[in-house]
Amino acid sequence: MDVDIRKRELVKEFSPMLLKSTKWSKIWIGILVGFILWGLAAFVIQVIKGHEVTGMRDNVVWGIYIINFIFFVCLSYSGAFISGILHFFKTPWKNSVSRIVEIITVVSLIIGPIFILLCIGRLDRLHYLFLYPRIQSPITWDIIAIITDLIGCFIYLYLTFIPDFAILRDNSEDVPKWRRKLYTFLAIGYRDTPTQRNRLHKITRIMSAMIIALAIVAYTVLAWIFSLTLQPGWNSTIFAPYFIVAGLYSGVGVIIIAMYLIRKYFKLDHYIRKVHFIGAGVILLVISLLFGYFTFSEYFSRWFSHKTHDANLLNTLFNRYFWEFIFANYIGVLVPIVILFFKKFRTIKSITFAAIIAVLGLWLNRYLIVVPTLETPYLPIQDTRPEFIHYSATWVEWALSFAGIAAFVLFFILIMRLVPIIPMSGIIDYEREGKGGTNSVTQHQLK
Amino acid sequence: MEKGNTKKGSTNRRKFLKIGLLSGATTVAGATLLANLASEEELQASGEKIRVLTPDGKMVEVDAESINNYPEAHITPAESRKGIPDRKFVMVIDLAKCKNARNCVESCQKAHNLDYNEEFMKIQLIQDHEEAEPYWFPKPCYHCDEPPCVTVCPTGATFKRDDGIVLIDNDRCIGCKFCITSCPYSARQFNWSHKPKFDDTSQPYSPETSVPGTEGTVMKCDFCPDMLRQGKLPYCASSCPMGVIYFGDKNEDMVTNGEETVRFSELINDRGGYRHLEHLGTKPNVYYLPAVNRQFPLERGFDVDEEIIERYKDVPFVQDLKDQGKI
Repeated sequence: MDVDIRKRELVKEFSPMLLKSTKWSKIWIGILVGFILWGLAAFVIQVIKGHEVTGMRDNVVWGIYIINFIFFVCLSYSGAFISGILHFFKTPWKNSVSRIVEIITVVSLIIGPIFILLCIGRLDRLHYLFLYPRIQSPITWDIIAIITDLIGCFIYLYLTFIPDFAILRDNSEDVPKWRRKLYTFLAIGYRDTPTQRNRLHKITRIMSAMIIALAIVAYTVLAWIFSLTLQPGWNSTIFAPYFIVAGLYSGVGVIIIAMYLIRKYFKLDHYIRKVHFIGAGVILLVISLLFGYFTFSEYFSRWFSHKTHDANLLNTLFNRYFWEFIFANYIGVLVPIVILFFKKFRTIKSITFAAIIAVLGLWLNRYLIVVPTLETPYLPIQDTRPEFIHYSATWVEWALSFAGIAAFVLFFILIMRLVPIIPMSGIIDYEREGKGGTNSVTQHQLK
Repeated sequence: MEKGNTKKGSTNRRKFLKIGLLSGATTVAGATLLANLASEEELQASGEKIRVLTPDGKMVEVDAESINNYPEAHITPAESRKGIPDRKFVMVIDLAKCKNARNCVESCQKAHNLDYNEEFMKIQLIQDHEEAEPYWFPKPCYHCDEPPCVTVCPTGATFKRDDGIVLIDNDRCIGCKFCITSCPYSARQFNWSHKPKFDDTSQPYSPETSVPGTEGTVMKCDFCPDMLRQGKLPYCASSCPMGVIYFGDKNEDMVTNGEETVRFSELINDRGGYRHLEHLGTKPNVYYLPAVNRQFPLERGFDVDEEIIERYKDVPFVQDLKDQGKI
């Protein structure tokens, strides 16, 4: 049968990615593990000595941990959002990027909440959240939303993996026994019969719509952690939509960076093509305009009405955080807009560069939302201890932050070892529905 | 059958003995407890009745809620959630009298076993606008009636009591610090590391004393409920040499600074009492009397540690004073 032969072909094509580990990949994994171990050491020190080893003090009680938390959760949320939209509207070119997006969604949703745990003074009492829950606390809402989101995303990711697990199960004679057993277990008896295929498509479609909703709820609640307080920089009605747009901004940025690295590293030039970069670049352009608009209206209204406490905050932002503010809210928005707006600038490299600028700018934007606000409370900070007046992250916090990024990349690589980064079932579906037979577009790309 | 009967009989006898013993114990305990009845005013009935012996030998049945603990007794975290019946504590700070003597800060630190820089009561130097002369501004926890900290606590570790006091149970606190970020008055502090003083178990922990502290939890001014139970003023109020801090019960409409006792409503109405940042809607239970007709020049307050003066260096007025060589 045509399809079976094609499946075998695809498995053959992708199996080097799954099985072979080159010298460089080993070195990379070694470096990542090194970073994670460094982070673990920092964590042990933090547990033994207490939060005193961080730069957080009574005024700035939340530092880069919570910024990383927002950042990773917003990656996840935007991954879910984009992946859901790709699936739901059956976007024609989705196949090459959908799995990258799905993996980003789940991996960042595992990493993100770890950072909020680092903020908690008494990890040994974490179960009190369930023993003595108080539903009126936004933290409780957040826990419910994130757990629901995590479960939803896992189910969704798994659903999209099932057909590939089945293909791998049927076509991997020369792989280790444990791998075949794992594939057999994970494929849960999927035989790719028309009924099964239909059912799976239907469920995946429903889940794709559901995770969009879940992601919006989870990220809205996260924004509320800030906007429901009385603090001058946080108590804003547009925070929830602002966070959602900001999340999409960094999410699309990270997807572009991941596409670039995967394309380069695994030499998938014929699958991840320029058209994908341009497509993602245009989305990034639209979102950067939206993000810039939200940022502008947020700060402009504070600046124009200049209530005393808002004015104090802006004063901090424009003095102490001047360059950070310029980078986050001018360079981080305008540079991607300029690169992506003009057609002649839209090359793979420049689009990736724009994405890097966007992601860094957005991280700094989050920093400027969290830290300066805490440094400018209603009652002026009158203290002589410099670490109580201004926040600066210590090596422990940086070590754990880099460990988080390393863990993100490592998990990503490990999942790519389990299933091909380009969904094989997607290629087959595309060929089946599209041009019919083997003379399809993908086939051409292969040549 | 017979066996069953015997069994039943013995249980009955045991039950009878138990009841007898229990009532005996309650009678004896009750006699002493009655002396500590919080007040004879009407109370919310708990439904649970306790029989007690009055000093003149009468047996009476009273509601369990009406019985107060020994004033000096240890108040467990569970008991500390209830509050002192029929009270509504309120503090009035007379800014006209404050000269930054810092006795309130120091006595509070001593009582709560705090370090040099840990202050439940902070004294800030506030300047309302360019034209105004700054004034000393003692700032405890405001024990708000709409406390943002209590709303956001995910475990109920911080709570609002019937008597108006907001307390922290640091056995329950998970250290998420959300309450610190949500308090607009920066009243809360965090125990960033373990300190030897936390190991001092000579006094069992009670949220009413906030001693001993615990690493990784939040702490703040507690209005000294342990003192209030003994009918005494909080440490800050009793230690102030100027009588700046009035403390009392809104239900009785009385506040006292230890020297004079005044009507709370009269004090607020006659002297223009206000609450700090009223527009936030947190409804604090700490009122301020504006710094008019001051008893001391501001400079008197700079007669303290060099390190403490350093705190106020950002206030323009202090810079002027320094330029003039006055401090």
